[in-house]
Amino acid sequence: MLLYALRRLLYLVPVAFGVSLLVFALVHLAPGDAISAIVPPDAPQEVVDKLRTYYGFDKPLPVQYFRWMLVTLGGDFGTSIGTGRPVFEEVGGAFLNTIVLAIAACIVAFSLAVVLGTAAAYARSRAVDRIVTSIALIGVSVPHFWLAIVLVIVFSVELGWLPPMGLGPENVAGWRLDLDHLRYMILPTVALSMIPLGVMTRTVRSTVKEILNMEFVTALQAKGMNDGRILLHVLKNAAPTCLAVMGLQAGNLIGGSILIETVFSWPGTGFLLNSAIFRRDLPVLQGATLVLAFFFMMLNLTVDVIQTMVDPRIKRG
Amino acid sequence: MTPLLSVKDLQVTFVTPDRTIHAVNGVSFDVKRGETLGILGESGSGKSVTLRSILKLHPAHRTRWSGSIALEGDEVLTMEGRALANLRGRRVSMIFQEPATAFDPVFTIGQQITESVRRHTGKSEAEAMKRAKDLLEMVRIPSPAQRLAAYPHEMSGGMRQRAMIALALSCDPSLLLADEPTTALDATVQIQVLLLIRELQRELDLGVIFVTHDIGVAVEVSDRVGVMYAGKLVELAGVEQMADAPRHPYSRGLLASTVHDGMRGQRLEAIPGAPPDLGEVPAACSFAPRCKSVEPRCLAAPPPLKPVDDSHFVRCVVAA
Repeated sequence: MLLYALRRLLYLVPVAFGVSLLVFALVHLAPGDAISAIVPPDAPQEVVDKLRTYYGFDKPLPVQYFRWMLVTLGGDFGTSIGTGRPVFEEVGGAFLNTIVLAIAACIVAFSLAVVLGTAAAYARSRAVDRIVTSIALIGVSVPHFWLAIVLVIVFSVELGWLPPMGLGPENVAGWRLDLDHLRYMILPTVALSMIPLGVMTRTVRSTVKEILNMEFVTALQAKGMNDGRILLHVLKNAAPTCLAVMGLQAGNLIGGSILIETVFSWPGTGFLLNSAIFRRDLPVLQGATLVLAFFFMMLNLTVDVIQTMVDPRIKRG
Repeated sequence: MTPLLSVKDLQVTFVTPDRTIHAVNGVSFDVKRGETLGILGESGSGKSVTLRSILKLHPAHRTRWSGSIALEGDEVLTMEGRALANLRGRRVSMIFQEPATAFDPVFTIGQQITESVRRHTGKSEAEAMKRAKDLLEMVRIPSPAQRLAAYPHEMSGGMRQRAMIALALSCDPSLLLADEPTTALDATVQIQVLLLIRELQRELDLGVIFVTHDIGVAVEVSDRVGVMYAGKLVELAGVEQMADAPRHPYSRGLLASTVHDGMRGQRLEAIPGAPPDLGEVPAACSFAPRCKSVEPRCLAAPPPLKPVDDSHFVRCVVAA
């Protein structure tokens, strides 16, 4: 198993190079010039040229790519054109904020989805099944930025129970695990968990339902297993399929939702990417996209490894 | 002496919002310890439903049972919850038709046998493992210790069915239910599994109910054979009587429609028509529409099960 994981990790190296090339190409294919975004429109040409040379934008693209690769491999992602701070710091901080929110949303969405989906699959009354299916449908179809605004209006503006925006109490930089910061997380977490909740509830429901119709469930009853023990069998069988979908959903959350982070002024990757795009801050854009792509790859790897652990039928070849 | 199992006037009805199906309409039989009863019938005759009713395996909210199923004097049909779970796998156990789907694919054979052993006997993990290994040896699975760690998909069909038999026998049941256990297997493996079941049955003095649609198989394993049609037993007799002198037109038809010695060049007989729809309780002989020797009195009322002699019963007014 460990060997399998290591080999898969090794396979990631060529994939990672491909990804970095793609990221670089996309960023440079996009229209717009980083320098013209930071200098005033009436700046003299020699200033523009000087800046261009300073940031290395005057070199041919392959050279730029290799320079970028070299500094990146050294653990340095360059300097932000917009803020002048190291890209690593900017992306790292935003990434942590997004991860915190994504983990919270995953916990909420996945645990609720497993309970609701399993209940709906087991339910004999059509009413229970309908209610759960409706929740799932609402989850996937209600625009989550709209829901976010409604949540802010109801719980912050009208009721005044929860803070409407921000990472935590004022003047405290960075996220920490305490009651104050958790209060700030509630609304964004709820808004962010809606889509994965809807998707996962439907997945869990249909997977469990399918498994409940299998002969081995009858066979388990026939040998006198109690309902709890049978549920354990059913869930372990449902796990590989559900984990695969969970992995994709978690990946989406880690990308950071630009809309949700904007509504709640949450300084995460979505927020950072958004501003980087508007400022044409190419180093930040490249760095953030690359980190996200890496994380997505790691997540997929983790899901694959867990799947092979749960389901013996998946070959580890 | 009370028989091991006594089924009296069993009726099973499935109720769904759309329709009602009268799957079993008054089946009675006894099974003694050390005896194999074969139940023969085509798909939809109610043979599997009868068998699964002995463990109440049908979903409770859609199934109506009436009549009586008594195991060593204990009524099964009124059992529920824990009492029922204590019966299942312990006193009565079951072998399924398709061992590939009757085992949970993500647990090892060993885990699935030991969980049963631990559930019913309260043995420790190590003791249960030992028991599981002995069981695999008993059903003649080579290198049993390694096989315990195998997943169902890593075994052949015949091997899986042997493991299924080992699982069924793990808690020393007194009654073994076999639901077409050889249908999914290759012909050569079929014989081996049949012989194994018969041998273990004698060795452990089990009562066995063996459901099949294959006359050859029924004759091979049974002491007595019951033929089911449209949810009723139409004939019940010792295996020789059934093979040599069946009385019911349906039993005769079944026997005539199989290939046996000295038939080269002859045309194989078939029973015309199809089994009836079980949406309603039959008001006459269910087989009458397909029967060659049908008479007006066949359509007047459902025929009773009449004795031909003290061990041979037939549900036909013409044949009796």
